[in-house]
Amino acid sequence: MTIVIGFEGSANKIGIGIVRDGEVLSNPRRTYITPPGQGFLPSQTAKHHRGVILTVLKEALQEAGLKPADIDCVAYTKGPGMGAPLVTVAIVARTVAQLWDKPLLGVNHCVGHIEMGRLVTHASNPTVLYVSGGNTQVIAYSERRYRIFGETIDIAVGNCLDRFARVIKISNDPSPGYNIEQMAKKGKRYIELPYTVKGMDVSFSGILSYIEEAAEKMLGSGECAAEDLCFSLQETLFAMLVEITERAMAHCGSQEVLIVGGVGCNLRLQEMMGIMCEERGARLFATDERFCIDNGAMIAQAGWEMFRSGQQTELSDSWVTQRYRTDEVEVTWRD
Amino acid sequence: MSAKGDSSAVLSYLSGLTLLKQGAEARVYRGQFLGKAVIVKERFSKSYRHPALDEKLTHRRSVQEVRSILRCRKAGILTPVVYFVDYVSHCIFLEEIVGSVTVRDHINSTKLSEAGNERLKLLAEKMGQILAKMHDEDVIHGDLTTSNMLLRKGSEDREPDLWLIDFGLSYISSLPEDKGVDLYVLEKAFLSTHPNTETLFQILLKSYVASSKKSSTVISKLDEVRLRGRKRSMVG
Repeated sequence: MTIVIGFEGSANKIGIGIVRDGEVLSNPRRTYITPPGQGFLPSQTAKHHRGVILTVLKEALQEAGLKPADIDCVAYTKGPGMGAPLVTVAIVARTVAQLWDKPLLGVNHCVGHIEMGRLVTHASNPTVLYVSGGNTQVIAYSERRYRIFGETIDIAVGNCLDRFARVIKISNDPSPGYNIEQMAKKGKRYIELPYTVKGMDVSFSGILSYIEEAAEKMLGSGECAAEDLCFSLQETLFAMLVEITERAMAHCGSQEVLIVGGVGCNLRLQEMMGIMCEERGARLFATDERFCIDNGAMIAQAGWEMFRSGQQTELSDSWVTQRYRTDEVEVTWRD
Repeated sequence: MSAKGDSSAVLSYLSGLTLLKQGAEARVYRGQFLGKAVIVKERFSKSYRHPALDEKLTHRRSVQEVRSILRCRKAGILTPVVYFVDYVSHCIFLEEIVGSVTVRDHINSTKLSEAGNERLKLLAEKMGQILAKMHDEDVIHGDLTTSNMLLRKGSEDREPDLWLIDFGLSYISSLPEDKGVDLYVLEKAFLSTHPNTETLFQILLKSYVASSKKSSTVISKLDEVRLRGRKRSMVG
């Protein structure tokens, strides 16, 4: 029996989760929510995390019904992410590891998402679409690495959605993406936007510039409603994501898709991906907001896999990094 | 070359062909057309996307594919002959490159031997030359992968011929930025499909530089795009 506690705080969520051999014992989380029109800044996000992290830690242990002595390993997010929040969380992880005298383990955030998705859905070897506020990647496993077949060549899809939400002052509570999704359901008119797929890569920055300008003009003149813009933006962005996923599947001969990351809990994206899969006889695996959105259990789960395969991070190596690509990690726990 | 209006004849013809595979955006059939071995690419409608977006993309890609193939062929780059196009059912009838294998399968099957490595080096050089030629014609392929290149043995003593296929995402542009991104897309597809082939790709690039008349700006753009790439892995 191996029990791992995972600390995650690379962006505006702070979560601590405990996993015992594939079972999530607890997974509490807090989100730093900014006023409409504003994004979250590193220093303020870190301050938020500092304020709540010990409460979340207590919750995680209580909910799981465990004492620190029951834990076998302390995993934390090494990167990628925002510097200040990463540091905040790493300090706490390092401290408790020393207080409890447990080994430490630095985990790649993206690998955490993938491993959590695999655990929850039981997908065996899927093509992974990882979509969040900071990442947009199409990933497949081969020869001990999660290899990136396609990705954004500029901003992430979630960043594109968040920034559009800021432009038209959509609330950030519970998240801008969720509110865009709800408004999009009421959208009727499809407004043509740029569509940029380059092989298995995508580009979103041009779409954002275009819709920022269009929003000002068209909303000002009453030509269309904000709901129509949300609808059209989602339809365009998600069609691009489904297309590059399908391209990667055709290229790799894969018959499974797993969607992870915060944008992955969008039901319209899941629906579109599902239709694509059905058309080519493939299977779709998706999870809900508990595991799609950043959480502590995903770091615990990836940490569990790493720890069981014999990995540990020495205290002197327990640093964090803002840039840490998915394919930099050697996957020692899969064949 | 195009037939507007009713496409029921095309569709009933398709029903008599063998479905070869369902690619990412088209069904690919094999059969005979006027006595020739033909590959038919049917860009069927994608029901996951909005009908207006679907029609726009499907039509644009059929047009671009045919346009770029013709342009490449005029420049002497090996691409399949276009026999017939139907813009209503979005079908393109192409010459079948009989007896060819994809570069991807070729690389996967020839790895790990002294002689094999030499052969792959020659292949990488050839890829570089052909891509340079294509870019000098201002054709941007848009989806360069080792699955979209075919190899067919020529006569006994000659190296196999390299064919480019799948121009659905292609367009015409003279901008170094577009050419740089085209190479960047290939680099990523190449290295993710064929792990540990960095040197092979370097040979390809070197040969590209040597063959292209306008390579210096393209390569500096490629470096720029790679740096943009590094930034991507920041927040999540």
